[in-house]
Amino acid sequence: MAVAVEHRQKIAAASPRSRPRDLVLFVAGAMLLLSAVRAWTGADDLTSFGTFSAALRLAVPIGFAGLGAIYAERCGVVNIGIEGMMILGTWFGAWGGVQYGPWWGVVLGIAGGALGGLVHAIATVQFGVNHIVSGVAINILGAGVARFMSVIAWADSTVGGGATQSPRVQGDIPHVSLPFLGGGTLFGWHSPDALGWFTRHDWFFVSDIAGFLRAFCADVSWLTVMFLALIPITWWVLWRTKFGLELRSTGESPAAAESLGVPVYRMKYAGVVLSGALAGLGGAFLVLEAANIYREGQTNGRGFIALAALIFGNWRPVGVALGSALFGFSDALQLRQESAVHALLLFVALGALLFALRALYQRRWKVAGVLGGFAFAFWLYYVTTDQVPVQFVFFTPHLTTLLVLSFATQRLRMPAADGLVYRKGQVQ
Amino acid sequence: MTLSWPKRFGLLLLGPVLAIAFSVAISSIALSASGNSPTLAFTQMYHFGTRLDSVISMLNRSIPLYISALAVAIGFKMNLFNIGVEGQYRLAAVVAAAAGAAVDLPAPIHVLFIVLVAVFVGGCWGAIPGVLKVTRGVHEVISTIMLNTIATGIAAYLLATHFRAKNAPGDLVIKTKDIPKSGWFPNLNKILDKLGIDVVTRAPGSELAGFLFVALLLGAGFYLLVWRTRFGFDLRASGVNPGAARASGVDPKRMVVQTMTISGGIAGLVGISQLLGVFHRYTIDFPTGYGFTGIGVALLGRNHPVGMALGAMLFAFMDRSAQILDLNGIPKEIVVIMQGVILLSVVIAYEVVHRLTEIAELRAAAAQTAAAHAGAQVAA
Repeated sequence: MAVAVEHRQKIAAASPRSRPRDLVLFVAGAMLLLSAVRAWTGADDLTSFGTFSAALRLAVPIGFAGLGAIYAERCGVVNIGIEGMMILGTWFGAWGGVQYGPWWGVVLGIAGGALGGLVHAIATVQFGVNHIVSGVAINILGAGVARFMSVIAWADSTVGGGATQSPRVQGDIPHVSLPFLGGGTLFGWHSPDALGWFTRHDWFFVSDIAGFLRAFCADVSWLTVMFLALIPITWWVLWRTKFGLELRSTGESPAAAESLGVPVYRMKYAGVVLSGALAGLGGAFLVLEAANIYREGQTNGRGFIALAALIFGNWRPVGVALGSALFGFSDALQLRQESAVHALLLFVALGALLFALRALYQRRWKVAGVLGGFAFAFWLYYVTTDQVPVQFVFFTPHLTTLLVLSFATQRLRMPAADGLVYRKGQVQ
Repeated sequence: MTLSWPKRFGLLLLGPVLAIAFSVAISSIALSASGNSPTLAFTQMYHFGTRLDSVISMLNRSIPLYISALAVAIGFKMNLFNIGVEGQYRLAAVVAAAAGAAVDLPAPIHVLFIVLVAVFVGGCWGAIPGVLKVTRGVHEVISTIMLNTIATGIAAYLLATHFRAKNAPGDLVIKTKDIPKSGWFPNLNKILDKLGIDVVTRAPGSELAGFLFVALLLGAGFYLLVWRTRFGFDLRASGVNPGAARASGVDPKRMVVQTMTISGGIAGLVGISQLLGVFHRYTIDFPTGYGFTGIGVALLGRNHPVGMALGAMLFAFMDRSAQILDLNGIPKEIVVIMQGVILLSVVIAYEVVHRLTEIAELRAAAAQTAAAHAGAQVAA
């Protein structure tokens, strides 16, 4: 029996990709639990359209950077410098936005991030510098460049802004709503808002699900649409094209790839620059969509969270998107309603309990014990308090990351040559 | 085959010299492009930075950077990346400040007590990523980054609730209670006086932090620990070749936890120089960022106690001497760019020098073999 279980785990470890059906079941299960907690605690914002919409908005910058990180790490370059590239994205995005309007902000944000990626690629690929060392240096450099350029560009400007922030970006990235589902317009005709109708009722689970779905259908920024499209595109590029195959083989075994004629250095350059470009796009989103202004420290560690989402998502696009959604959600809750964060404790307790039961069923006693302990601790915290201190709410996403990684890393597999320096012509 | 020492020394210095020259070049371009004069900027920085009060300030500024670099470097020695120094020292500083204010002890013991609390808190917080790595396989880079934010949140929570001192009317600063005088670290002005440096007239108000001694001791201790003990040997062996270290009986898991704990313990001391020498309490605007700059200093100094001391002083000198620039209408943020460029180019330069050394060593070895071969033929 134990052998059979072990065997099953081995298979799971060898092929940890999730099928679409699993994904839908997982999301539905989480939603069911969330609605139950919502109904029980009365913390309505736990599943409101507003929360999910905010969660999506907060998830997108992390998601862009996370998808970018896939390209870098799939070709074998660890990209800790993503935070710095994101900072460059925010600065250049704001500068472009202020000078030429929001869409140019997007373009220049991408270019700024790509520039950071290029520096990282030169250091790690050409000169063989340790990836983490180079990344740390780029983070420091990115912050310095943004600060210096702000002083030069805006310190004496007459339109506002200064050493730590930009003037306001004029104009917006347009938003869009789907007709019928989200109440969008069709040739100038205001179509009905079906999901909105559901959310206005208080039907258990149905209204909650409607709120969740409507976040994707109503009042969605074009940049968000781009992000949602980029998830399948990334999958298709990496697993269905020649470019993707060569990129991934570079990250798995550069020596073998090179012997088959794959231009290893060029693939690595491509992967890292792409990753920087997407991180820059994430930064530009923060400026153009979330704030309409650049502020120093605006990225606030989101690049690092994107890396956590990358690992959480097992170096795969859908997983990374789920990971960033998790961060977006806990971030959104703290902004929307404090009591909802308190209710979240109960959700975590119940979730941990379910996973503990599953571990019990799988006879993984130790894991079950630890998870049960966590469930009890969160439940105890929930019943003995009325609210979570605001300082704790602030690090909810980070604590979540740490817990998830602590329990999930056993099933994760990173590219085999990830983080290793490769020199052209090297054997093994 | 090793090279002669002048050659090795020259190659060792080549990296930093190239990096500094490159950063001067890049920042000159940036300054010129923004309509400022690089020559004016650098001469101003030099003149201001070499004044006595600036030198004292530079030394004081270099203390936390140096300690932070030591904390990072001990991890680097076995390829462990402790990005979490930032959180470790902040949490340690707030708890040490509160603990120091809560007790009343005779002077030296009081200081020792605060220092030990800081080391303990930093060590415990540093141990967490170590334990997570060996038991759950969580990479320390990610866990320490997450723990930084968590530590910042916990520190802010403690400061706002349990550790908060009652404010006098009109005083809005959130802070811990003051540490009594017995818990202050004396400055070194008397020693400077004995050395014939007249601080009172030449740099009134300047105080050379006494914690400089502790930093130097830590540096010496770092050297002894890493190069003169069994633990240090195991540490370096695990860094260079984990497989070989393991085969020779080093328990990699224990090494990871021990190293992260020591690293965190050292990190706990980063904020203590200013806590005991300047502020005597933890406020909401306690200096931040030493953890990240410390990583830079460790890279610059190649994890060697002497190299890191030079690196810390270089960064501190740049920070201090840049203060003059704003008075001349030159953005002082140029030094942040300089520091970033130095960092990035120094790691590249080290790598290039490393490759050059490899080639030179190969050549030297080949030449020697050839000579020996020729000698053998002659003898035959």
